[in-house]
Amino acid sequence: MPKEEAIQVEAKVLETLPNAMFRLELDNKHKVLAHISGKMRKNFIRILPGDRVLVELSPYDLSRGRIVYRFK
Amino acid sequence: MIELKSRRQLEILDAANRIIRTILGELSEMIAPGVTTADLNRHAEGRLEEEGAGAAFKGYRLPGYSPFPAALCTSVNEEVVHGIPSPDRVLRAGDIVSLDFGGVVDGLYGDAAVTVPVGRVADEAVDLITTAREALWRGIEQARPGRRVSDISAAVQQRVESSGYAVVRDFVGHGIGRQMHEEPQVPNYVASGIRDPELRAGMVLAIEPMIAAGGWEVEVDRDNGWTVRTRDRSLSAHWELSVAVTEAGPWVLGGPPGEGTG
Repeated sequence: MPKEEAIQVEAKVLETLPNAMFRLELDNKHKVLAHISGKMRKNFIRILPGDRVLVELSPYDLSRGRIVYRFK
Repeated sequence: MIELKSRRQLEILDAANRIIRTILGELSEMIAPGVTTADLNRHAEGRLEEEGAGAAFKGYRLPGYSPFPAALCTSVNEEVVHGIPSPDRVLRAGDIVSLDFGGVVDGLYGDAAVTVPVGRVADEAVDLITTAREALWRGIEQARPGRRVSDISAAVQQRVESSGYAVVRDFVGHGIGRQMHEEPQVPNYVASGIRDPELRAGMVLAIEPMIAAGGWEVEVDRDNGWTVRTRDRSLSAHWELSVAVTEAGPWVLGGPPGEGTG
């Protein structure tokens, strides 16, 4: 079977929500709800509205994702 | 979520794989110069019906693909997987052909593949085929409770790369059971960015090394949307068996008594 990988895209943070959730806007203007990856949470990487981030989307549910990187 | 299979389900999966592997054996016997890949598919479809099993591949859809038109995948030489049988594809001495076949019995899937030489083939081709089969068995050996999927991947990759061949990366083995493709994905190389679950008794995995004599990069045929070829057109071989993880060790489904059990 073909390998299925999470799709990585860049996005901008619109809003921070409780429980380390964020509302993001992708470059194609789609809005997704994303949580922060465990590694980023462990290393206490703060994410603020306006930050640019790399987000992984599941091919099955494109409305939710996981933030894996915050660009400086 | 990886579904653990009951004893009863494992027995049906064993029966489904036995049918698939029996027919694959017959197809291997049929292979000779002059036989077309459509001849092989016709035999495969007819025998599946005789055995009362459903075809797993025919009509199968992947996101973005049109339905697969046959019960059998026939992939010749540089074709890696998903070759479509055709009356125009006549096998010639020196070719190698991978036969990938699946069937469904009582809602449970069997899936296996072999690579067979046509007539006399070059020593390099025989070595490639042998390496892929040995890599499969090295992977099977790791299918034990407490190991991880990456232990299977590492065993396969090491066997293949130690012979100087490449492991195809864009296609992977898979869990199998009530669906043909279930979690987890079982790459044939140690992959990052996908889950690497611990194996538990009751998991069933279709382990399928796809290897190439040249580079690992592959491309999908633009016209039919299915056939996968090595980008450098080097020879490719592919073997597959479905294996249940049991407390007693790997149970290779559908095999002769004593094969790889415990």
